[in-house]
Amino acid sequence: MSFHPNEVQRRGRAATFILAGAFTFLGSAFFRTQILEHAAYTLQSETNRLREVPLPAPRAIIYDRHGAVIAENLPGYSVSILAKTSESLRGALKELSGVINLSPEQIEAAVRRFRQAPNRPTVILADASFDVVSVLEERRVDFPGLIIQAAPKRYYPDKEAVASFVGYTGEITESELNQRQYRTYKSGQDVGKAGLERQYEAELRGKEGTHFVEVDARGRVVGEAGGRGDIAPESPDPLYTNIDLDLQRFAASLFGDTLQGGVMAMDPKTGEVLAIHSAPSYDPNRFIGGVSTQYYSQLRDDPRRPLYNKVIQGLYPPGSTFKLATAIMGLEAGIVTLDDQMPTPCSGGYTYGNRYFRCWEKKGHGRVNLRQAIEKSCDVYFYQLGLRLGIGRMTAGGVSLKMRDKSGIDLPNEKQPLWPYATEYFDKRYGTNGWSNGVVLSLSIGQGENSQTVANMARFYTALATDGSIVRPEIVRRQTERTRVFKLTPEVMSGLQDALAGVVSSRGTAAGAQIQGVRIAGKTGTAQTGVFRNGIELNHAWFTGYAPADDPKIVIAVMIELVPYHGSNAALIASKMIERFLKRPTIQGAQLEGD
Amino acid sequence: MIRKSVSDYPLVILALLLSAYGIAVVYSAGQTDFPVSYIEAAWKRQLTWFVVALLGSYLLFRASVRLVDWMTVPLYWFGIVLLVVTLIFGSGAGTAASMKGWLTIGGVRLGQPAELAKLTVVLMLARVLASRKEAPKTLLELWKPAAVVGLPWLLIMAQPDLGTGIVFIGIFFALLYWSGVSWQLLALIASPAVSLILAFSTGLWGAWFLILIALVLYYRPYMVEGVVLVLANVAMGVIAPLLWERLAPYQQRRLLVFLDPSADPRASGYHVLQSQVAIGSGGWFGKGYTLGTQKRLAFLPAQHTDFIFSVVGEELGFIGVTLALTLFLLLFMRVVRVASRANDSFGSLVAFGLGASWFVHVLVNVGMTLNLMPITGIPLPFFSYGGSFMLASWLAIGVLLRISSEGRGRADSLAV
Repeated sequence: MSFHPNEVQRRGRAATFILAGAFTFLGSAFFRTQILEHAAYTLQSETNRLREVPLPAPRAIIYDRHGAVIAENLPGYSVSILAKTSESLRGALKELSGVINLSPEQIEAAVRRFRQAPNRPTVILADASFDVVSVLEERRVDFPGLIIQAAPKRYYPDKEAVASFVGYTGEITESELNQRQYRTYKSGQDVGKAGLERQYEAELRGKEGTHFVEVDARGRVVGEAGGRGDIAPESPDPLYTNIDLDLQRFAASLFGDTLQGGVMAMDPKTGEVLAIHSAPSYDPNRFIGGVSTQYYSQLRDDPRRPLYNKVIQGLYPPGSTFKLATAIMGLEAGIVTLDDQMPTPCSGGYTYGNRYFRCWEKKGHGRVNLRQAIEKSCDVYFYQLGLRLGIGRMTAGGVSLKMRDKSGIDLPNEKQPLWPYATEYFDKRYGTNGWSNGVVLSLSIGQGENSQTVANMARFYTALATDGSIVRPEIVRRQTERTRVFKLTPEVMSGLQDALAGVVSSRGTAAGAQIQGVRIAGKTGTAQTGVFRNGIELNHAWFTGYAPADDPKIVIAVMIELVPYHGSNAALIASKMIERFLKRPTIQGAQLEGD
Repeated sequence: MIRKSVSDYPLVILALLLSAYGIAVVYSAGQTDFPVSYIEAAWKRQLTWFVVALLGSYLLFRASVRLVDWMTVPLYWFGIVLLVVTLIFGSGAGTAASMKGWLTIGGVRLGQPAELAKLTVVLMLARVLASRKEAPKTLLELWKPAAVVGLPWLLIMAQPDLGTGIVFIGIFFALLYWSGVSWQLLALIASPAVSLILAFSTGLWGAWFLILIALVLYYRPYMVEGVVLVLANVAMGVIAPLLWERLAPYQQRRLLVFLDPSADPRASGYHVLQSQVAIGSGGWFGKGYTLGTQKRLAFLPAQHTDFIFSVVGEELGFIGVTLALTLFLLLFMRVVRVASRANDSFGSLVAFGLGASWFVHVLVNVGMTLNLMPITGIPLPFFSYGGSFMLASWLAIGVLLRISSEGRGRADSLAV
């Protein structure tokens, strides 16, 4: 080699130059990473090591109008696990199932939850029993990613009695997570599924807190994260309802386990819903933390349909309770007065065309005026009034009396009632010549193309109890919304109200529903169903009315589904509730005033 | 010759400081929240090896450069034999479990012969180059140096150990340069390798080819050589895709991840990303000795071996990194000084070769932690846990001290 000192010196200088260049390059690379990009990498390092364990917030407490608890939160425990991959989660669950009972479905559900929110602890048991918790606590060392925490558990002290309106909560589903309204929700969280819990989800839902734990690369919990304090969960303000829990319980007890149907009681002036119950009911507490397949299928397969709210979802022919609508249409049109009689007296039936339309009273009512026809519920009278109105005025009248509208109650999934919007309805349905005026006879007595919800019938009677204005039913106090649906002179109005009071008198169809000291006004209804049991046709027995007759404080609609009874039986339930509501000493009220 | 005593104190002190720093970081690397006993105790074994290495270093220091020169040929062949034996009976270890890098007898891992080969190749290449009066001027004259490096290189690439292969190539070029080979010739030798890399982009390869033609026309080598070179470049461009196919999947992945670590963040890219996160989150002063969360919580892979410098970056920050890099830079400058002042060409070449070997290690290993280099599993001298490498490094220090003490630097200092 050429080893002349000068050349070696030159090469040495060049080598030193290359060294300096290389180290400057490395140094500046570290400067960029450690100093210039420090913040971003620090964040990533924190994300690496810290896991947010959500601290579930208690939902708002739901109170009745006197401050009695309808829904509250009990202390409970949830078990979740921090996993890195779905495989490691599966592995951990497999090990866990050796200690606590985990069904394959529970494992699959946990894996699904993990996939949706891999950075959150995956909930395994939303509502773990104390036994399970103590077993797991003992063996905590074996399951390093395990998180056992206090989780408030929803509880409804009155169980079946309140399920119809309060609903229940449950874990948010995958399809719900994809909906816009639930965009702030995360897998594993609870959400209102039915009733008020669902309707007022935004008000009831608390604000989740956060607890930080430190984990290693395999997701094992190393300890509490130093320096990162917890963010406490926030509980929202309680939700006050208009429900009168005592009346609610009483209504539920009247239906008991044997009757099926629905009842709704409300204040005719404000629309405050005092009680709303659908029978048979279910225990909402059994839905908390996940309903068992066995209980759910039992409810689902029950022919009495306990999961179906008969007050707002059930559509039933209103029967004779609808005769008041026919009467109002006639009075408003000026084609009848309370004292007018119809040309043909009631002899137990009425022939129209080549068809014979029966009155419910086979013996017949003889000559009656409108007042008496209401008291006795004479079908023949209303057939003729319907014919006088004609199909056009009849359908239009029903529409303006809101027989096609939902009641607007603040509960989810209310069904729209069925009522022909106009004569064209029949043309479209049966063809222009495919139907006869006979339909108007059926419509006039609440049969035919007419299906109403209990809630809507209650709303209709708030107009009768006041000045012709219906009021929107409200479980939670909102803006009172009254709508005038008909206009009669005060004299005619009070005459009509007298006739309704006559129904619940010795002259009327609900004579047995009278109570001491309170005049009740209302109308019975017995809608035929065409369903027979033991050779007897089953009816939907209705009573819709209010009390006291001269200063209405409560409107009630009762419907007993598929019974061999008549409207008078429904009137008994209504009158018992009215008695309970009006005659009960108002202890709570006195206490509130004393405070 | 009179009895020598250690005189190049800066060299010894730098090497001692780097070793102490390294062992301290190996200790920290074992401090994790879920300790692995093998890694937790690594620093004790590393310390033991350090003591052994100091003894070996002193023994070599006592041997004259002549003796080393005389031992070069047998040592070189001994190394080759060990590499062959390893290839047949070797086993993998740790993160490189799929490689056959360890010489294993009866289940006991004795060491990595590639570490020894790095030393013997430097010696042998220095001997071959020193024996010439003039530096090689043509490609034909390079066949012997090429063979000296090529034989062990092939054996190592067969393990396969890409990282050590790169070190050999670095040694080869560094020693050719130090022996006086012109930079144009070096560029021509390097050109097929450049072609190999650029072949993946036709445009880039075309551009490079034009530069190469210009270079050949300017440098005017013999006709045969010029043609061979151009053909070699063409051949590389053609076979590159074929070679790519021949690479093991993990090697392909590593190269791809080098180009874009986020392409595969959970698998191959994971190591690099976590290393960058560790270093980046260190900031100016780091998270504190033994307190790095990326390391403690096992996000950092191979924290006591390949990625030990990430621990430095995370726990001691930019200051710690700068300190380590400065120590290395000073050591290398000292080695260049030793090489420049050696009193014969063999010693000078040996010194420069040893330094070049470390330099490639540092460049590739440290660069790898920031994704400036592909992951090749090259250890960091004096830092990465590993007995063979610690021993080899200190044997090299011993040789360097000897060369230094025999060189002109000693005379200079006496003159002062």
